[in-house]
Amino acid sequence: MSNTAIVVALLVGIAVWFAVASRLTAKPWENRGEEGDVGAINFSPARVGLWVFMAVVTSLFALFLTAYAMRMHHGVGWCHLTMPRIAWWNTLVLVGASVAMQLASSSVAAGRRQFAQVALIAGGALSIAFLAGQVAAWQAIGPSLYYIQGSPAIAFFYVLTTVHGLHLVGGLYVLGRAAQRFAGGAELVDLRQSLSLCAIYWHFLLLVWLAVFGVLQFL
Amino acid sequence: MAYVAIADRDAPIHDPHTFIEKYIWSQDHKVIAIQYAVVATFVGLIALVLSAMMRLQLGFPDQFHFVDPNRYYQFVTMHGMIMVIYLLTALFLGGFGNYLIPLMCGARDMVFPYLNMLSFWVYLLSVLVLLASFFVPGGPTGAGWTLYPPQAVLPGTPGAGWGILLMLVSLGIFVVAITMGGLNYVTTVLQARCKGMTLMRMPLSVWGIFTATILGLLAFPALFVSAIMMTLDGTLGTSFFMPAISSMGENPGHAGGSPLLFQHLFWFFGHPEVYIVALPAFGIVSDLLATHARKNIFGYRMMVWAILAIGGLSFVVWAHHMYVSGMNPYFGFFFATTTLIIAVPTAIKVYNWVLTLWKGDIHLTVPMLFAIGFIFTFVHGGLTGLFLGNVTVDLPLSDTYFVVGHFHMVMGVSPILVVFGAIYHWYPKITGRMFNDRLGKIHFWLTFLGTYAIYLPMHYLGILGVPRRYYALGETEFLPQSVHTVNMAITIAALVVACSVVVFLYNMIVSLWKGEKASSNPWKATTLEWQTPETPPTHGNWGPRLPVAHRWAYDYSVPGAPDDFTPQNVPIDERHPSGFGHGEDKARR
Repeated sequence: MSNTAIVVALLVGIAVWFAVASRLTAKPWENRGEEGDVGAINFSPARVGLWVFMAVVTSLFALFLTAYAMRMHHGVGWCHLTMPRIAWWNTLVLVGASVAMQLASSSVAAGRRQFAQVALIAGGALSIAFLAGQVAAWQAIGPSLYYIQGSPAIAFFYVLTTVHGLHLVGGLYVLGRAAQRFAGGAELVDLRQSLSLCAIYWHFLLLVWLAVFGVLQFL
Repeated sequence: MAYVAIADRDAPIHDPHTFIEKYIWSQDHKVIAIQYAVVATFVGLIALVLSAMMRLQLGFPDQFHFVDPNRYYQFVTMHGMIMVIYLLTALFLGGFGNYLIPLMCGARDMVFPYLNMLSFWVYLLSVLVLLASFFVPGGPTGAGWTLYPPQAVLPGTPGAGWGILLMLVSLGIFVVAITMGGLNYVTTVLQARCKGMTLMRMPLSVWGIFTATILGLLAFPALFVSAIMMTLDGTLGTSFFMPAISSMGENPGHAGGSPLLFQHLFWFFGHPEVYIVALPAFGIVSDLLATHARKNIFGYRMMVWAILAIGGLSFVVWAHHMYVSGMNPYFGFFFATTTLIIAVPTAIKVYNWVLTLWKGDIHLTVPMLFAIGFIFTFVHGGLTGLFLGNVTVDLPLSDTYFVVGHFHMVMGVSPILVVFGAIYHWYPKITGRMFNDRLGKIHFWLTFLGTYAIYLPMHYLGILGVPRRYYALGETEFLPQSVHTVNMAITIAALVVACSVVVFLYNMIVSLWKGEKASSNPWKATTLEWQTPETPPTHGNWGPRLPVAHRWAYDYSVPGAPDDFTPQNVPIDERHPSGFGHGEDKARR
């Protein structure tokens, strides 16, 4: 019930913010002729699209984690999962990837091409290392069907890490395209938005991973 | 804050040259809308045939041997899932959303045209995967459209192997498609409106589709999550939803899963889904009523807020689908309360539609007939919803034909009437031709009266206690003979309504060639899509210059105006040298 109350409060908050920000109290039948302000959010469409997408992914993981908590309390035969040691290291690696992406974004904004290149390579490499680390974590937890069938917590671990990893792979695809343009000598000003959005997405995926990790380890 | 430049680009944002780029791998929102509509209609026709076969069995038990019990459940399942997801959701968001959002907002296209194109092709893939289940060993799943575990994946249920797997995979693909489309619709509404088109000047159709898209983006992940977890339960033998169970004398090896967890996830998607279908219908019907009654929509601002309130509340009512699943009485109380609260903004909308008609210059065109028909069926379905929203009344009525009558009235017939009305309304703009009015009216009366003949008696059957989902009722003491007679009559009505769709399709197809050439604004409507320089609108929609919105979307029959409609893009001075300024407006209020 408390979860529901939080969700309701969040939705009401978003609705009130939206109503205020979008001037939903206007009386359109009165102000004919005034071209007025369309009340659009002053971001590029790509940035808005990314935020909307992150809202969808937030919903996805929130539902997965809610399902985890409900399965833990409602079902029977629950056996708590202790995260393998490598998962802790993976978390650090993803933090590193997120920092590197931020450095790449800010150095592109500052016009420092060489530093941006190093940060980009580091961001990509650390992300791939994170994915490899997750596969290693699978091995550490118990790769056989026996464990997946036997423990719902382990099954959740596999599902959540796979879904999170796939989102990171999607990010890597976009990052790869930006890196291709970077390597092809594109002007930094043209790459500014792409890398800024990549950095936001990486921070977001880090937050998602921290939430997943926290729930699996501590709940 | 200045309006966003994306809408004001002079050049089209993509430039097709070849036939394939224009009509197959098209990035044009209008072509994608038609592609969505054609596929959704095709798959909807399949679902219609399935329902006719179910009715044959119910009306004339054991007379049609090709409808055996297994097939009956497969038909029920596929009919429900196709109608709700692959027809209504796809048609309202992918079809009307794609066609109307850029045109009504004054944009050249969606902001991410390539993603928009992908959305359609991924949707088509989901439909193909779903239809493939008719051809796999065991056939499609017969688990009921809610796909409740444990029976959905256990042997003994029709399609328990390949059928359920393909259904779940198809749903997952559909969610990906609708997310791609949804990102476009939301971002386009937020970022690509033309100059002067404030949010509060948007037609209610756009408001309905916009809000429904947000619901879809937040609710469909619940379906995605449950589809993934059930797929793993069915294929790898995990126990997310599957409890320890003995099935047909064997132990499938599951242990400890929670079937109730699936129900929560499913309905967390399932109830917003009702409004994903209903909100676009609410918006579109508002525009149809205002246009054909030559009157501004009553309480525009209230209508917008009601749409948003319904959207928000739709996320906190899901468990009213689970009263009989067993829950804490306080939960039942909570969900009954939220369910009844959602009736308030919904009733506001109904009052406003009726008040829009009040003293209007009502033109009984075909779209208007469908719009008025919608008010009847929706009020009907809404009122029976009040019964089912209350725990104590729901318990005896649950799993009876009362429920079948209710939800078909409220989210089957009502949205479909709006779909038909909307197709007739925008047909001249989409095709450049008028449809045959007489055939349209025949189609309306057959559909409207026919659906009443089908669903009204179902409430009576439900109150008698006739259970739903039964292949055959047989001879039971508590059911009078009249039940069988009523079932027979319902089947005949259902077959007539199904045949009326042929009249509709004939009208739509033949009018493409033989219909009278349509003027650019045959209904004398105010919204921007009717003000395009060419009909049908060409690529880029607006020619060299984007429109500018100078007023809201409902300037009908304004005192002092030369016509009974003033399009949104008409400046004050051009049409009204003396203007009908604010003083006059205030006097009118």
